[in-house]
Amino acid sequence: MSVKLGVPSKGRLMEKTFDWFGARGVSLSRTGSDREYAGRVDGVEGVSLVLLSAGEIPRELAAGRIHLGVTGTDLVQEKLVQWDQKVEPLAELGFGHADLIVAVPMAWVDVDTLDDLDAAAAAFRARHGHRLRIATKYHRLVRDYLRMGGVADYQLVDSQGATEGTVKNLTAEAIADITSTGETLRANHLKVLDEPPVLRSQATLYRARGAARDEATRAALSALVARLGL
Amino acid sequence: MSRAEARALAARYAAAFEEAGAMPLDCAILQSAGTLLDLYGEDIRARAYVTQDPALGERMLRPDFTVPVVQMHMENGAEPARYTYHGEVFRRQEDRPERASEYLQVGYEVFDRADPEAADAEVFALFSDVLAPEGLRAATGDIGILTAAVQALDTSERRRAALLRHIWRPRRFKALIDRFSGRTPVPPTRAALLAAADPMAAAGPLIGLRDADEIRARIAALREDAAEPPLSAGQVALIDAVLRVSETCPFALERLRDISMDLPGMDAAVDRFARRCDRLEARGIDVAALDFEASYGRTSMEYYDGFVFGFYAEARPDLPAVATGGRYDALTARLGDGASIPAVGGVIRPDVLLAVREGAA
Repeated sequence: MSVKLGVPSKGRLMEKTFDWFGARGVSLSRTGSDREYAGRVDGVEGVSLVLLSAGEIPRELAAGRIHLGVTGTDLVQEKLVQWDQKVEPLAELGFGHADLIVAVPMAWVDVDTLDDLDAAAAAFRARHGHRLRIATKYHRLVRDYLRMGGVADYQLVDSQGATEGTVKNLTAEAIADITSTGETLRANHLKVLDEPPVLRSQATLYRARGAARDEATRAALSALVARLGL
Repeated sequence: MSRAEARALAARYAAAFEEAGAMPLDCAILQSAGTLLDLYGEDIRARAYVTQDPALGERMLRPDFTVPVVQMHMENGAEPARYTYHGEVFRRQEDRPERASEYLQVGYEVFDRADPEAADAEVFALFSDVLAPEGLRAATGDIGILTAAVQALDTSERRRAALLRHIWRPRRFKALIDRFSGRTPVPPTRAALLAAADPMAAAGPLIGLRDADEIRARIAALREDAAEPPLSAGQVALIDAVLRVSETCPFALERLRDISMDLPGMDAAVDRFARRCDRLEARGIDVAALDFEASYGRTSMEYYDGFVFGFYAEARPDLPAVATGGRYDALTARLGDGASIPAVGGVIRPDVLLAVREGAA
């Protein structure tokens, strides 16, 4: 049995992950055709590469089907209940930085804090007969954040993509989404609330607490961790 | 503890409640998610199971019986009415997976206009009676006291409404008190907004459903509020004093009488508390030994707006309450489509009671 390392299967996240391991003497590469999700690991024994969608890596870690995995803090904390009991963060990789934030139309000059958002939501509900809608795919994190902030009279509506467009399309009044530069928000006439973000996220290497380990895996895992200098 | 044992215990309490004059009710397990979400807000999703029906949309596995019982009563109930029910309720336990996500409740509910304090006493005395052999501690409170204190505050109607909206969220309630009394500084964004001659000038394109009138209305409200004098330290101290009341009933009553000398608007609520004590005494409850906490039930029992109570095993702080209940007049108004009726009731959890007994054995 070998150590299974789960890594995002495409895009910048994959390239940066390969770079990060490469800089530490562990070379990751894709094999076969461009469309085939197979890979290899050189520079350390007994480790096999599993290429997965970043969104599936938290679930695979929690189920113990992979021993290590690279994915965003946001995805781990949104998808895994009691995430810290299921995975252990080994290293923050220093890329894939993004904040999960709440944004409202720039024209809402009266709304800058959670306190304002709550007051606006109460008045909105009285006027429109339904709760103020916030579009997001991060339901658990945003709900916890708004509860802690004492915001009532809102509802979360699911948006799996193009979330910034929902306000203009009248399917939501505000959004909660990942942003790195805020450019897309500004282009869509939205502004971030003047509050700490819901979450600061970056690509992180996690260890699955529940993955099965025999003698050989245990040895390969410690060799890999030592090689990575963790 | 076996499920069969819990079920048998539930049936026994239901029989006792029927004996006391309640009509047995049966409620659907799948409830309209919309109704529950409108009542409790988005937070309920973290605590209840939501499922999808192709024709009816979102459905929720009943997190309690109160809402369906009120709906059934408001649709076709005779008055006055007493109901009992027993069956499973379903609660998601995201933060505490060790707690049961499916368990039995046995309930008793009274819909009666005649004498609300007598109905409060009837429910409490019945629970106290059937639970007497278990050696539990009773706690009581009254959300109506805090509500009345807020309504009696010498401040604007808008501030009172904001505080009442957050009665069940103690942190937020405190933050509002701090802001209204000037204890927390005005956030810089708010100061800038209030200082601007025409805050809408640089607003840019308006997108979404919330329109310019709504934004202007809020700015006007904020300006009015900024012109309001701060909530005085004396008034804040009175609210704090109410929240701190935690004594046996006679001392609590005395304390609240003192406070209401300075907040005369509270009198009616304190009178109701006094009347309830009399009615409890008439039912054989030792009121002199009964605990009363003004802030009891504030965090966990959002639809209760008057008398609240719970029965606990003192030796088992790890367990939830064996029984809880209270008055929910406002809920009947919200579900009643214009109609409303004073209502009070409570539930027993047989599984918790069995765990208490096992621990004691």
